[in-house]
Amino acid sequence: MPKVIEKTLAAETIKGGVHQRIIHDSAFKHVTGQAQYVDDLPEPRELLHVFIAQSQRAHARLVKLDVEAVRRAPGVATVLTAADVPGENDFGHAHCGDEPVFASDTVVYFGQPIFAVAADTVANAREAARLAVVEYEDLEPILTVRQAMERKSFLGEPMQLVQGDWEAALAAAPHRAKGSIEVGGQEHFYLEGQASLALLREDGDVYIHCATQDPSAVQHMVARVLGRDANAVTIEVRRMGGAFGGKETGATQFASIAALVAVRTRRPAKVRLDRDDDMVMTGKRHDFCFDYDVGFDTDGRILSIDIVLMQRAGYSHDQSRPVLQRTIYNCDNAYFLPSARLTGYACRTNTQSNTAFRGFGSPQGNLVIERVMDEIAYALGKEPFDVRMANLYGESERNVTPYDWVLKDNILPRIVDEALEVSDFAARRQAVVAFNRQSRIVKRGIALMPLKYPVGFSARFLNQAGALVHIYQDGSIHLNHGGTEMGQGLFIKVAQVVAEEFQVDVDRIKITATVTDKVPNTTATAASSGTDMNGAAAQIAARAIKTRLIDFAAEHYKVGEEQIVFEPNRVRVGNQLIPFDALVKQAYENLISLSAFGYYRNPDIAVDPVTMKGRAYHYCCYGTAVVEVAIDTLTGENRVQRVDIVHDVGKSLNPTIDMGQLEGGFVQGMGWVTSEELVWDDRGRLRTHAPSTYKIPVCSDRPKELNMRLVDWSRNRENTVYRSKAIGEPPFNLAISVFNALTDAVASVGNYRFCPDLDAPATPERILMACDALRRRLAAEG
Amino acid sequence: MRSSIRFLLGREMRELANFPPTTTVLDYLRGTERRCGTKEGCAEGDCGACTVVVGELQDGTMRYRAVNSCIQFLGTLDGKQLITVEDLAGNGELHPVQEAIATSNGSQCGFCTPGFVMSLFSAWATGQQLTRVALDDTLSGNLCRCTGYGTIVDAAASLAGRDRNDRFAQDSAATVERLAGLADAQDVAIEHGGMRFFAPATTERLADLLLDHPDATILAGGTDVGLWVTKQHRNLPVVISVLGIEALRASVLADGVLAFGAGVSLNAAALALSRYVPELGLLMRRFASAQIRNIGTLCGNIANGSPIGDLPPALIALGAEIVLRKGDRQRVLALQDYFLAYQKQDREPGEFVEAVRVPLPPAGALFRVHKVSKRRDEDISAVCAAHYVEIEDGRVAAVRLAYGGMAATPKRATAAEQSLLGQLWAEQAIRRAQEAMTEDFAPISDMRASAAYRMTVATNLLWRSFLEMDGADDTQIPDEWCLAHA
Repeated sequence: MPKVIEKTLAAETIKGGVHQRIIHDSAFKHVTGQAQYVDDLPEPRELLHVFIAQSQRAHARLVKLDVEAVRRAPGVATVLTAADVPGENDFGHAHCGDEPVFASDTVVYFGQPIFAVAADTVANAREAARLAVVEYEDLEPILTVRQAMERKSFLGEPMQLVQGDWEAALAAAPHRAKGSIEVGGQEHFYLEGQASLALLREDGDVYIHCATQDPSAVQHMVARVLGRDANAVTIEVRRMGGAFGGKETGATQFASIAALVAVRTRRPAKVRLDRDDDMVMTGKRHDFCFDYDVGFDTDGRILSIDIVLMQRAGYSHDQSRPVLQRTIYNCDNAYFLPSARLTGYACRTNTQSNTAFRGFGSPQGNLVIERVMDEIAYALGKEPFDVRMANLYGESERNVTPYDWVLKDNILPRIVDEALEVSDFAARRQAVVAFNRQSRIVKRGIALMPLKYPVGFSARFLNQAGALVHIYQDGSIHLNHGGTEMGQGLFIKVAQVVAEEFQVDVDRIKITATVTDKVPNTTATAASSGTDMNGAAAQIAARAIKTRLIDFAAEHYKVGEEQIVFEPNRVRVGNQLIPFDALVKQAYENLISLSAFGYYRNPDIAVDPVTMKGRAYHYCCYGTAVVEVAIDTLTGENRVQRVDIVHDVGKSLNPTIDMGQLEGGFVQGMGWVTSEELVWDDRGRLRTHAPSTYKIPVCSDRPKELNMRLVDWSRNRENTVYRSKAIGEPPFNLAISVFNALTDAVASVGNYRFCPDLDAPATPERILMACDALRRRLAAEG
Repeated sequence: MRSSIRFLLGREMRELANFPPTTTVLDYLRGTERRCGTKEGCAEGDCGACTVVVGELQDGTMRYRAVNSCIQFLGTLDGKQLITVEDLAGNGELHPVQEAIATSNGSQCGFCTPGFVMSLFSAWATGQQLTRVALDDTLSGNLCRCTGYGTIVDAAASLAGRDRNDRFAQDSAATVERLAGLADAQDVAIEHGGMRFFAPATTERLADLLLDHPDATILAGGTDVGLWVTKQHRNLPVVISVLGIEALRASVLADGVLAFGAGVSLNAAALALSRYVPELGLLMRRFASAQIRNIGTLCGNIANGSPIGDLPPALIALGAEIVLRKGDRQRVLALQDYFLAYQKQDREPGEFVEAVRVPLPPAGALFRVHKVSKRRDEDISAVCAAHYVEIEDGRVAAVRLAYGGMAATPKRATAAEQSLLGQLWAEQAIRRAQEAMTEDFAPISDMRASAAYRMTVATNLLWRSFLEMDGADDTQIPDEWCLAHA
């Protein structure tokens, strides 16, 4: 960017400061195809391509694994099995010994990696892998949550959160309702599959270009697999083609395999999974079965609730227990539960190891309480909306979560009011009911969902971040931090924060790849916390340099510090205006350090590991969605007709980016509750392992009318960067409103007398079956 | 006979010989040309991240089509222009399509973006409307996991009134001339490592080649055959493409019969079919994606006998015939008789599908077709139902009820048909036919639907057809959004 000093000295505001609407920093690279992902990097000479051979059984003893013929096949450089792992054969972040890089004596899911072939081409590696002799001795697999519950196949002890005398309150409640709901999982379907390119450096060190949200964890796990210190492994991530939680722990196994091949062969190695291999091998959003028993008063207020949460963890720990914890913590959503018992089981099954996915268990918790609201409404013959309002958390009373965290920032009532107004909910609700009375086949449904979304890592140690800022002699700025860019716009937001500190145009700031040797010991870019933490760390780094510049200028120009003001692209020093670049140059020449590391931590989050009580989160985001749908009661086909969202991001750092997250997250959530269905057969084989069989929303599925509003009056009451709030995950949960609206449409088939027995995702099949069940019930009960 | 292919890559001429015949365009672009803007997202033509635009000379002008490069074989580019995302920006300026997407916040992770750019560029270059209705169709084959699509649609819709005189339009006379110079009406034969690829120029030559290579893989659009390579990793020693044969690309209406040659794309067929059988317009609109319909062929959808092919039930209900040819010998079968068993068809080695003939329904005939799938667009039907009825004096005089997704092959519900024949066309008869239909099918449960759901829907759809044939207009979710072809 050429510097035009005259303009600079006159500019009123910088380009790209905080709160400005600016597009993604890579947008122009995206549209021209110039943005590089791991598989696009120039391939080094002698590169090896890796194919990973997978178990063809869900559960079996590996009786024989003979890869001699594979080794002799054309183009093959090496074949690696469990015996070839020099360090620990465990890539698990949980470090529970149940996540081998390659299965050794037992295979525990259909698709589990058992060996890797590295060859000159993927085709040769794949072809060679067919020559292996693999013999299995079948063991009984556990494929479903209910099977695991029967056989007590759990990962760790059950988790339990108890609030009040739940049992007495339940027994004393004037009304009771019991029920169950199954909630399906979800494939991440990041468009870019898992990818790692490992390069060998001197001393046998490894440098890996890896598509991961959690470079530091990948670094440490790869080191453990290699039997090396962490300082021998460096991970670089410029950007990912989507991640959504699937590239936290999900990337590690493949980075490990690339590293193992590189170390073994002393050649660069690339693991890039094709779509089917990716979907068959990697974990997904956890599916759950919930059993609930709720007691409530005649107004529909919950007095006590007992929920059993049965989570399909898959074959290993991975992040299943932290996810389960978050599901338990989010069983309240926006509703006050005065007494409760919430009991969670992480069920070990012989399927992919389920993992983090946008919302990290909270959507499932929200969904079950939303069902409970409907259950209460139909039991009492009340409007589902009224029951939701009766239970809504209060601002100053009825505002304690089941884990004893007092909500001090509840702005939900005001947000619900705005949503009612913009959506014209009351009138449209009447219109829908009237329509359904006269429509014989097509039925409509409308529902409102209030959302409370708590933000922060419940694991205290994860609430830390680092950033590194350099200013070069010409005044250009280099920005680096521990957060990773997966499309969410983190990099531009953090750059805006730095631009704002220095009062320079954002395009003076070079946004650089996340690398573990620049900022160490970082936390995964997850839990919607990327900007809160990395933005704060970058702000701290920038302020450190800024302080030095002020000190320097004060001394150099003999003025008081208070007379030094950073104005757009210039610094006012007393009566002088000095271009930012010129001041930087002077500072350099006067022995001032122009580089700083910023370290941020939030020590306030802490929960008791036994009682699960405490401050599990930093603050909450609030939102409300009103959704109208139509269903076809001959086939179950359905459409989302209109969506109105009012949402809270505090004071938005970048409304353009935030609106993109809001819309994208919502549509992704819609997919989860409608068309995205994972199907395994009775052998434990995933049958939906490509877009031909697994259906994420396509363009025409987006809501026919979508009105979104970020409330402009909200400020984060916690001291976050410029009082902004997180945006990554909450919009996903808002899409549960689509499920509520579909439930409402189905309920009309039973004249709104019964709560529909509808599981998620509400595919056309489930909708039709739920309609037919209501028709039969209506006929039977008259 | 030529032993190389020639095509324009953007503005540059390429001549390639001696390449593996099943090399995909995507692998060629990323591997050989190091054009990495085009991405692999699924390698099965379902996500659109690999979308490129292929320009072709048609009647003296350039015709552009978005296609999935991941399942397109390189040899099919012969005589064409290949345009990738790297070609769009020029002289330091973004193409209007690129600029619109970028400035409308239409990219997040960016991985799918080049595919969206190319789909929109093809719509731009072919003068398609950029209305929201049309864009649902244009973008039906591009998956985005980040944006929720709204910003991309906004970006595209903002281009609606723009002058489309871009670099490609300005170059078109030169491009036409260069492609015309490549049209030498020669057969193409590529050989590499024992694998062979032929693109004959005439039907006669195709018939001869198939006599010489009776077990060759016949390639038309490649939207199925491509997957044999990219998904099933099959070795195809001999591939013979029919796409170079002008005569097979004709759609002809004569004596009330529409005949489609083996090279007629689904899109070209959709245009003709929706004109004469409007009911088929919506089915064709929901058939796969824009990219697949651009290149996949109507005959190909039938030839390989997929049990879930969406077209066969509709065409069977209309009484279509299939024309098979081997050498000089032609034989004609009722379409329903072509499907013998699961993935087994009545086609001999050396024989090929030359055409499909679709008789247009006579005036007064009633015809409805329904596709039910998990997702409305770009999905394979759980059940596809086509109902054809002729009524005389209030009674059913002729009836064909054809279904897909209900058996190992597209199949007629003969018991239900029998129960309807001669009956008064009224609710009672339909209810009896619905019951009879349970004798006709024993569907399977799979990832698309359970057997019970399939059976329920199959009978419900007959009810819907009855109501609609009777003039009802309240039987489906009204949807002005998906009538691009109507």
